[in-house]
Amino acid sequence: MGKKIIILGALSAIAEATARLYAADGAQFVLVARNAERLEQLAGDLKARGAARCKTYAMDLAEVTDATASFDDMAAAIDGPVDAVFLFYGLLGNQRHEERDIAAAALNIHVNFSSAAQWCLAAANLLERQKAGVLVAISSVAGDRGRQSNYIYGAAKAGLSVLVEGIAHRLAPTGAHAVVAKLGFVDTPMTAHIHRKGLLWAKPATVAQKLVAIAQKPAMPVVYIPGFWRFIMTIVCNVPARIFHKTKL
Amino acid sequence: MTRARTRLDYTSWGRVVRVPHEVVIPGFLDELPACVHAGQKTPLLAVGMRRSYGDSVINNGNLLIDMTGLDRLMAFDDTTGVLRCEAGATIDEILQVTVPRGWFLPTTPGTRFVTLGGAVANDVHGKNHHRVGSMGCSVRSLTLLRTDTGPQRLYPGDPLFHATIGGLGLTGVIADVELALTPIGSAFLDVERIPYGNIGEFFSIARESTDGFEHTVSWIDCANGGHALGRGIFQRANWCHDGVLEPHRGKGGLAMPFDLPARTLNSTTIRLFNTLYNRLQQCGPHIQRTHYAPFFYPLDSIRNWNRMYGATGLYQYQCVIPMASARHVVEDLVRVIAASGAGSFLAVLKTFGSLSAGGYLSFPMEGATLALDFANRGAETLHLMARLDQIVAEAGGRLYAAKDGRMPAPMFQSGYPDWTRMQELKDPATSSDFWRRVSY
Repeated sequence: MGKKIIILGALSAIAEATARLYAADGAQFVLVARNAERLEQLAGDLKARGAARCKTYAMDLAEVTDATASFDDMAAAIDGPVDAVFLFYGLLGNQRHEERDIAAAALNIHVNFSSAAQWCLAAANLLERQKAGVLVAISSVAGDRGRQSNYIYGAAKAGLSVLVEGIAHRLAPTGAHAVVAKLGFVDTPMTAHIHRKGLLWAKPATVAQKLVAIAQKPAMPVVYIPGFWRFIMTIVCNVPARIFHKTKL
Repeated sequence: MTRARTRLDYTSWGRVVRVPHEVVIPGFLDELPACVHAGQKTPLLAVGMRRSYGDSVINNGNLLIDMTGLDRLMAFDDTTGVLRCEAGATIDEILQVTVPRGWFLPTTPGTRFVTLGGAVANDVHGKNHHRVGSMGCSVRSLTLLRTDTGPQRLYPGDPLFHATIGGLGLTGVIADVELALTPIGSAFLDVERIPYGNIGEFFSIARESTDGFEHTVSWIDCANGGHALGRGIFQRANWCHDGVLEPHRGKGGLAMPFDLPARTLNSTTIRLFNTLYNRLQQCGPHIQRTHYAPFFYPLDSIRNWNRMYGATGLYQYQCVIPMASARHVVEDLVRVIAASGAGSFLAVLKTFGSLSAGGYLSFPMEGATLALDFANRGAETLHLMARLDQIVAEAGGRLYAAKDGRMPAPMFQSGYPDWTRMQELKDPATSSDFWRRVSY
């Protein structure tokens, strides 16, 4: 039986790779992203791959006015309880630029944290009522320690990580789940400008397989993808400041 | 992301040519027109998985449109088997979707890691060529973006369609393809292996297998001379009907993590390999139920197997010889190759049927095709291939552009008399190292 899936930020490369895995098993989708034409192409692809239904919402998730009403409307487009809500959208931003243009920094924080937080809370309320289902929010290892190269993005993702971890704690007694997935480097259009891609880089399809496995069996509220990032970040977080401050990380 | 970036890592499968490209990777169809438009300033070429061996996917210093981000299926009707998808969809992904629903590609090349656009642009053939012709024979329509006109939907019969089938991406950028698939009753085939002792035997087995078997191919030993000259194993197969529609798994098994030292595959190891392979193939049952993945894609089980040829890369040589003289010419070719000691570790000999997609630069013609790879040893390898060229040209044969990285212009022009029609229909903004080399 196909899963019932809501995807916020459905046009991200990782979102699409994830949706394809569900489609093969006849999933029902609610797909939300900004570009209506591309959403239709995505829906066409998922249907050809076996999706039972695709309902698309072309909207800017960062411009949220009433998250509860919008989210409940999306959930109503699916028959029966929602199995998984994925929050994929985000904005990498440009750290240097945002340090000078504080309005751009505010936008980064709004997209990655303030708006995302509202959708996560709306999803949490629904899952709590259902007493089932899982929220999977995509966060970043950048949120684990503030670093000069990307601390504005990192701060917003740190906020999102703590929020979703809190939601996981709140939902624990109900039977519903929440997971924050902290990703390292993934080879997507968002990171196409970064040249030398080495061993630390993961492919969207690999990340997607992990995400589907996590949604299927949500055991831990905080997950690193790929798993070795937990090890790397433990080291990064424990380097003393007097050494850390001499690096360019 | 549709900004072009300078990349040094876009090579072809043979890895002989390493040059920089400006690469743009559209992620959605609506980004493609702008990418094509950029071709008005810099010569452009659309590329997919770059499994072509030579320089037909190389466009030195110029623009490459990497189509692999445009890999969405647009429509699949599992009652009629008609599939329409973006040109960057790979056979690997397509089969994952269609096999469980009882459909297979009309024909398939020896790797599933190719895009559909690339399969059309090279008019690829498979083990069932004698039954269904090449890939182009099953293309119902395609969308072509050119720099000098708007997007065009092309159908068989249109000269531009036939220039695009096998057209090496030179008529413009193929945006999507509509293809008629073949119904299958199983993901498995009954494969029969018949050892043959010489090339004469090959041709008689091939002749008697044409009617009763959908898929025929043979491995031929081009490494060992003497009494072993021209021995091989003929494989013929038909789809099973047991209803087990299980697609292949995984993304191609073990990877070659590094380049082997360039001389690892030398005449001794290759001769040894061929002898062992010959023995191994003769073990086991005569007829074996085999999944399509190991049957059609044996080399896909080792990702980056091209790295076994070392950092200097490899050439592949694939020719087709008209049927009338095929037997003697193939014997000559094999004799020359065996004597050179450069023979490859998996040489393939197969007969083609008469069905044609009518592509002006399509490779297959009725006759026999021999394909083998040679490690790149510089002048020595080029000399050998030049000798083979002579034999092929005299017999009225031709070489496969997808495999070629060095044929001289006269060899191309005599093999493909319709190449002048291609000159007329080519998009003025497209180019490739291959085309610049063979078209002057």
